[in-house]
Amino acid sequence: MPHGGRIARKFLELRARNEAALIPFIVAGDPDIATTRRLVLELEARGADLIELGVPFSDPMADGPANQRAIARGLEAGASLPAILSLVSELRQATQIPLILFGYFNPYLHYGCERFCRDAAIAGVDAILVIDLPPEESAELLKPARANGLDLIYLLAPTTPLERSRRIARSASGFLYYVSVTGVTGVRSEVGSDVESKVRELRTVSDLPIGVGFGISTPQQAAKVANFADAVVVGSAISTLIEQQMASGDAVAAAGGLVGSLKDAMRAAHRTITAPAVS
Amino acid sequence: MQNQPDSRGHFGEFGGRYVAETLMPALLELAQAYQQARRDPKFRSELEKYSREYVGRPTPLFFAANLTAKLGGAKIYLKREDLCHTGAHKANNALGQALLAVRMGKERIIAETGAGQHGVAAATMAALFRRQCEVFMGAIDVERQALNVFRMKLLGAKVQPVDSGSRSLKDAMSEALRDWTASVRNSYYLIGSAAGPHPYPMIVRDFQTVIGKETRRQIVKLEGRLPDVLIACVNGGSNAIGLMHPFVQDRDVRMYFVEAGGLGLNGWQHAATLTAGHPGVLHGNRTLLLQDELGQIRETHSVAAGLDYPGVGPELAYLKESGRAEYAVVTDAEAVAAFQLLCGTEGIIPALESSHAIAHAARLAPTLPKERIIIVNLSGRGDKDMNTVARACGVTLREGA
Repeated sequence: MPHGGRIARKFLELRARNEAALIPFIVAGDPDIATTRRLVLELEARGADLIELGVPFSDPMADGPANQRAIARGLEAGASLPAILSLVSELRQATQIPLILFGYFNPYLHYGCERFCRDAAIAGVDAILVIDLPPEESAELLKPARANGLDLIYLLAPTTPLERSRRIARSASGFLYYVSVTGVTGVRSEVGSDVESKVRELRTVSDLPIGVGFGISTPQQAAKVANFADAVVVGSAISTLIEQQMASGDAVAAAGGLVGSLKDAMRAAHRTITAPAVS
Repeated sequence: MQNQPDSRGHFGEFGGRYVAETLMPALLELAQAYQQARRDPKFRSELEKYSREYVGRPTPLFFAANLTAKLGGAKIYLKREDLCHTGAHKANNALGQALLAVRMGKERIIAETGAGQHGVAAATMAALFRRQCEVFMGAIDVERQALNVFRMKLLGAKVQPVDSGSRSLKDAMSEALRDWTASVRNSYYLIGSAAGPHPYPMIVRDFQTVIGKETRRQIVKLEGRLPDVLIACVNGGSNAIGLMHPFVQDRDVRMYFVEAGGLGLNGWQHAATLTAGHPGVLHGNRTLLLQDELGQIRETHSVAAGLDYPGVGPELAYLKESGRAEYAVVTDAEAVAAFQLLCGTEGIIPALESSHAIAHAARLAPTLPKERIIIVNLSGRGDKDMNTVARACGVTLREGA
């Protein structure tokens, strides 16, 4: 797969349809690896365009309570990096949806950055997003990621000054991930009014697609963000649904239902994108 | 070696800034504010004034004649950080950083704490400088350090018990980082050890080197020369780096970091990171960590809540890997025995953390000639540990008894 292949192609397709991408986040192994496999396929069938697979880490400092509990369930279920790479290999027999590994640096470092990037590319991973790895420290992962055709996606925050955003964008590929809140992951009652202006500002520093995540949970919020962003990431709301359905319900169907309603709302959004198409 | 870290906060392969993007601008702002403050004579004179008049510096360097006689070997001196206001060396750093918070115009101070000594120091300085204060503390530590929890509340701080993970210092630090991520614009995160993302390991070390600078002057005055051995307990390692950093270039001075061996090194019921850790990234810095074969952080154990953490400050990891510092392990039982030894010989009740350093001194002193000099950093006092020690001795303390 050439560098950035599946992700770049997906954004081109969506641009052609004037649609924003829906990117659900699920923790690998929550509640078990077999369910994660079913979830990925179900979410794709219900309208997910890319999927973020959370790689569990014992100390998820940037996550709120819902994802913390999901990560603990993933660890309990044995969702180690080797197990997650096997899962991705298996998924690649059934789907070509772009898959992003989303997690913390230590498990990758322990596995070995070069070995990890090689194995991830072979398994069929498209991109890596490491929450606690700012560009200043990312050289040892960036080099093997590029060599193996993996996108390294960076976060931009409300606290990031524009000049710093410009520098970060220069190292990034795939898309830029704007964190819509000053805080950890988790459901928020509303999307801040400054998110749109911040995304518009980011368009002046990069031609990469811009995704918005952290705090988005409802179809209304997703539709609002889809009006001005290229991708919407929803995570904690899905983790919460899985937790609620674990005991008696069908977590896969419930998560699929939420993703379906998010995507329907996003398709009905009034998009006003004026940015150049991805080349 | 004394000029570490580099401009990006690296001590050799260790240190750095490994945090979510939201915090990066705050860390860059802090680094800049600190560089300006340390060069500002007004800031330095204010720090000195409060150190002297409020913290009670300089602390004495006390010749432990009874302990020396009992052990029969090298002379043992105690650097009395237990006599600092609030009862531990933690006051040095809390004062410096609180002044920095005031200078930066931050209205709210957040902190994490294990044994509670740093929490008390942070709450104290917040009260003095009229800032709001919130302290994150593992639920297990809230229980075993009830006295310090009460002190923090009296000082006006809000104590937030942390129920996630191992419910001790590691999780308190994660929770403090989560809070800071959400409140970074108006809050100052007052980290308690020489750990975390750059510039914290450097800032904390700098504020704690007052210990080593004083010790150097005092021992030269008392003995006419530098010591042969320095000993300090280590977890994050702020008391150790504070004592030893001013001696790093003195190759004849041996430096011992003493770690919490808990129930022994056979299993994982310990917190001996320098001994059993591997390089990794946690809480914003690259350092040695206790972790499993998949890079997941291990839960730790120590009778001393302040040592119950699976990492160590990056500068200490660097000093160990470069061969400059030596390290030793003391079990819970040895620490409790050393606690009792110091109570009985010198009339000093040490913190359980500091008792680890005393235990190693008691091991080492008899093997050295009488003219040799050992300095032990008595990092804190042990009032907070009465319940724990009583339990270890099979005694039940009752209220009002």
